[in-house]
Amino acid sequence: MQSFLLFALILLSAGAYYLGRQRAFAVAGGHIRNLHSLPSFYGSYAALWCGLPALLVFAVWATLQPSVIIDLVVAGLPPELRNLPPDRLNLLVNDLKNLVSGNIVSSTPDPAMLEAANRYQNLRTIGNASLWVVVMSLAIAGIAYAWRAISPTLRARNRVERVVNLFLIASSTVAIFTTLGIVLSVVFESLLFFRQVPITEFLFGLQWSPQTALRADQVGSSGAFGAIPLFAGTLLISGIAMLVAVPIGLMSALFLSEYATPKFRAVAKPALEILAGIPTVVYGFFAALTVAPLIREIGTGLGLHVASESALAAGLVMGIMIIPFVSSLSDDVINAVPQSMRDGSYALGATRSETIKRVLLPAALPGIVGSILLAVSRAIGETMIVVMAAGLSANLTANPLEAVTTVTVQIVTLLTGDQEFDSPKTLAAFALGLMLFVVTLILNIIALHVVRKYREQYE
Amino acid sequence: MNQPISPSPAPSAPNRDIKTIVNAGLKRRRAAERRFRWYGLIAISLGLAFVVLMFANIIGKGYPAFWQTYIQVPIKFDAAVLDPDGKRDPQTLANADYAALVRTGMRQLFPSVQGRLELRALYGLVSSDAAYELQRRVLQTPALVGAEQDIWLLASATVDTLVKGNIDRTIDETERPIKDNQIEWVDKLQAAGKIEKQFNTVLFTSGDSREPEQAGIRGALMGSFYTLLVTFLLSFPIGVATAVYLEEFAPKNRWTDLIEVNINNLAAVPSIVFGLLGLAVFINFFGLPRSAPLVGGLVLSLMTLPVIIIAGRAALTSVPPSIREAALGMGASKLQMVGHHVLPLAMPGMLTGSIIGMARALGESAPLLMIGMVAFIVDVPKSFMDPSTVLPVQIYLWSDLPERAFVERTSAAIMVLLAFMILMNGLAILLRKRFERRW
Amino acid sequence: MSTTALETKVALDQALNLDTAPRKQSSVEVTDYNNRQTVGKITVDNPKMVCRGVNVYYGEKRAIKNVGLDIGANEVIAFIGPSGCGKSTFLRCLNRMNDTIPICRVTGQIQLDADDIYDKDVDVVQLRARVGMVFQKPNPFPKSIYENVAYGPRIHGMVNNKAELDDLVRESLERAGLIKEVEKRMNEPGTSLSGGQQQRLCIARAIAVNPEVILMDEPCSALDPIATAKIEELIDELRENYTIIIVTHSMQQAARVSQRTAYFHLGDLIEVGDTDQIFTNPRHKLTEDYITGRFG
Repeated sequence: MQSFLLFALILLSAGAYYLGRQRAFAVAGGHIRNLHSLPSFYGSYAALWCGLPALLVFAVWATLQPSVIIDLVVAGLPPELRNLPPDRLNLLVNDLKNLVSGNIVSSTPDPAMLEAANRYQNLRTIGNASLWVVVMSLAIAGIAYAWRAISPTLRARNRVERVVNLFLIASSTVAIFTTLGIVLSVVFESLLFFRQVPITEFLFGLQWSPQTALRADQVGSSGAFGAIPLFAGTLLISGIAMLVAVPIGLMSALFLSEYATPKFRAVAKPALEILAGIPTVVYGFFAALTVAPLIREIGTGLGLHVASESALAAGLVMGIMIIPFVSSLSDDVINAVPQSMRDGSYALGATRSETIKRVLLPAALPGIVGSILLAVSRAIGETMIVVMAAGLSANLTANPLEAVTTVTVQIVTLLTGDQEFDSPKTLAAFALGLMLFVVTLILNIIALHVVRKYREQYE
Repeated sequence: MNQPISPSPAPSAPNRDIKTIVNAGLKRRRAAERRFRWYGLIAISLGLAFVVLMFANIIGKGYPAFWQTYIQVPIKFDAAVLDPDGKRDPQTLANADYAALVRTGMRQLFPSVQGRLELRALYGLVSSDAAYELQRRVLQTPALVGAEQDIWLLASATVDTLVKGNIDRTIDETERPIKDNQIEWVDKLQAAGKIEKQFNTVLFTSGDSREPEQAGIRGALMGSFYTLLVTFLLSFPIGVATAVYLEEFAPKNRWTDLIEVNINNLAAVPSIVFGLLGLAVFINFFGLPRSAPLVGGLVLSLMTLPVIIIAGRAALTSVPPSIREAALGMGASKLQMVGHHVLPLAMPGMLTGSIIGMARALGESAPLLMIGMVAFIVDVPKSFMDPSTVLPVQIYLWSDLPERAFVERTSAAIMVLLAFMILMNGLAILLRKRFERRW
Repeated sequence: MSTTALETKVALDQALNLDTAPRKQSSVEVTDYNNRQTVGKITVDNPKMVCRGVNVYYGEKRAIKNVGLDIGANEVIAFIGPSGCGKSTFLRCLNRMNDTIPICRVTGQIQLDADDIYDKDVDVVQLRARVGMVFQKPNPFPKSIYENVAYGPRIHGMVNNKAELDDLVRESLERAGLIKEVEKRMNEPGTSLSGGQQQRLCIARAIAVNPEVILMDEPCSALDPIATAKIEELIDELRENYTIIIVTHSMQQAARVSQRTAYFHLGDLIEVGDTDQIFTNPRHKLTEDYITGRFG
């Protein structure tokens, strides 16, 4: 219904463009030179007057309409339903919505509900109809206004460009709003969480078993929300990943940049980049179905006790995924060291490895450290590999053969079950998300700062 | 600074023996050089080996999934069962008991099988979809009623696994999903040429299912399509507009610095945090439906935005200033200069960056898990608001299921996903090569 | 400039009475611009380095054409010539720095004290310890002043302990005339010095390895006149202990510091001889044209 209106609006604006243009030709009195702007600008002027106000009203109305209707319907409910506690009321509203859209409901609807559903339908029809009327009249009024305003002296180009400028500025603020949105939503929910679970317990507690009591006498109802095992697990798996990625990535970058022939480099560099393009779910699959059983076999063959979801398996595969990050960032950094450094070293009689070890690496070190930090940040924030290959129960250990869980795994498990939005479990996920966001942000800022300072050294 | 260089106070004649000194350490140094080079070569080889390994593993596991086992069963489209009153009424035809026809056919293949348990095992050779297949055929061609034909029916997943050689016949019967008598029958059917592997179109035409042989990725493909469409429609215009604004119009002040820092940071935020944002704002605050491609597209577009902006800015910077100055010098307004001259030249670079961003969005699954695209959805979505899932999430869901046939299909789905990604990245590279200009 | 164009220009100058060369008895023997045979005595008694039939190719293009030259022990010899004539290329052959450029190919014989440096048994590391190089733009490592000078001795294992290394560093800085300016700040980065000081640091760094020959590729072109003067003084002192080959585009500098001069033109060695003779009585027309400023 509403999308049809949107489509109609677009068509109308296109018509307005055409009309405006024609009008411009008409008032030009023979030669378009008499006009201030090109006729197409007059057309755009008319289209904007037709479409923009109507679109704005449409957007606001359509967003607010559902909640307004819900409020009206709830106000019309019999008192005993109206005065239900908020969470029960929410369920009721959900049922109502389901009834209206013809889906299954949680229980057989009583007459009050059916009547409310009817009211909802009616209100919605009225609302949509009025929306049509308002939007269409606005659009037509816009066309009329523009029509009257078009004259040779009207600076249509300036007006249109101002609107375009506004659009550009507005687009740029989307990025800010996104960050704001992330920060606000995560912080807000975390604050709600910390009201239920003290922050010290969260940051320093050693027990993680997020249960909440549904009934007062439920077994296992005490929840422990100490996140240290999660941090430890994240660090363990990320640490293993870095142990794999840094040597391989760095040495690959050095080899490609200092030893490889141009032809070898032209083939090998993109091939290594492929690793960066593979979706993480594929890595997770590989880790869970191939690497973990393999490690388990090898381990039990050696007489060790290896969990089926060992941290080693997840860490190894995550390391493979991160190799291209380390290698291509390091490659950029190493290539930025000027050739005169290398020449000076070779002229003194140093071998290539000596030049690399004693001149290039120390010179490029800040940049390499920056790239490692970025890689660590990536490892910490990685989700799918650990969800598929790492364990679910919190385990505070440094043994890579055991199963551990990470922050990201817990966020996923806490939020992909069926629970209400306000329970401490879901809020805990937001608190974890806050930790994740803050840590990766700090790492990224440090890394970018270090790399930028290093680059300034050579430019 | 104006004192002459102090002459070196009669230095002793330098030791001319540098040749011998260097010779002494040369062997060790050359050995160290060789070792270092080897480490580098080993490292790059390891990296490349991982690539090859992963691809080989996936293709090896997934390739068999593209072929599906079918059993040829003689079906008698008994009018008595299908259309008792002879009116060819579509309703009656639709509701008839096609399963009975399948059972009769199976009994005809193996008339010696008796007993309820045995017969159950026999009927289990064929997929539960077989009845629906017969129904489809009859509804399409009602003239079939009364005919007798050999129909290729979809075999059950366990038969498929057996025929592909993935069931260990030697282990005890109780440990296997397929029983000895079933194995015997399958062998007989194979000997009689009544078992065939055909191309697995089911994988591409049907949505998700609990039965592996009936499970397909069509639902996930359509879901991915809608989601990516929303992502592109949202992130491309806004991303280009932001890049244009930041590069061409924005004054160099602290506000724009802030925006830039912001964008760089957003590019490095873990994807799951965007999922949290989507959950808290789009689903909870705005009340949009869970697991709709619209919401998924919204979340992914926020993620892809920084990538497009950064690529866009790089593309705009590469356009030489002389072109801008020439346009302005002719009296074009700034917007006209950007729109007519700079943007068209920078567009290939922007498109390349966007395609790469889209390819990444295609493979993303973590944020979509958060907004609920993780349910078991059977119907193929038809709009932006229908509940759906995307291909990577489908892979994630299937990877949990233990049946061997699902492992195959998961790998096959991964192959499809990788094929799309290779296609998109290849397109981006092609675009870049074709439109690359050397100023 | 091609030879025909050159001839035209000279003729024009003369016709317009622009010829400003001092009218004296011309010493030029070879007047044919196309005659590229080397004029003058290329051999010396007790040569340090001997080059015969050296050709350098960049891909298909021949940059150095059949050059033969002796370098005498403990002398300063200058390579002069217009831009692009190959003097730097030839210089880089002498310590095989052209090896670092993949498309570059060197043929011919170059001997250092009777060892053919392009022999396949020769380790280039050892060669470069014996033949040091100072570059056009000072390139100290991003390390401390001490570490810069200590780099060479460290990698070649020239000293056994810290005390010896300290002495060696100190001695090298003395010989380079830099010690008074840096002895209080040896741990500061080499890049914190001025341009002239950096170049002297690079010289100290090269000396620390105890080379027998020092190659200098336009060492003063990036420096101001005062720093240039200091380095020229230094070269004169270093002559006592080292053989120095200096490429320069400044004829005045060549006249000031060198005993012998070799003039290169488009890859050919045109004339070689005592510096005095080259600059007052050149024997090849091309040499005369260059030193009188007709081109280049």
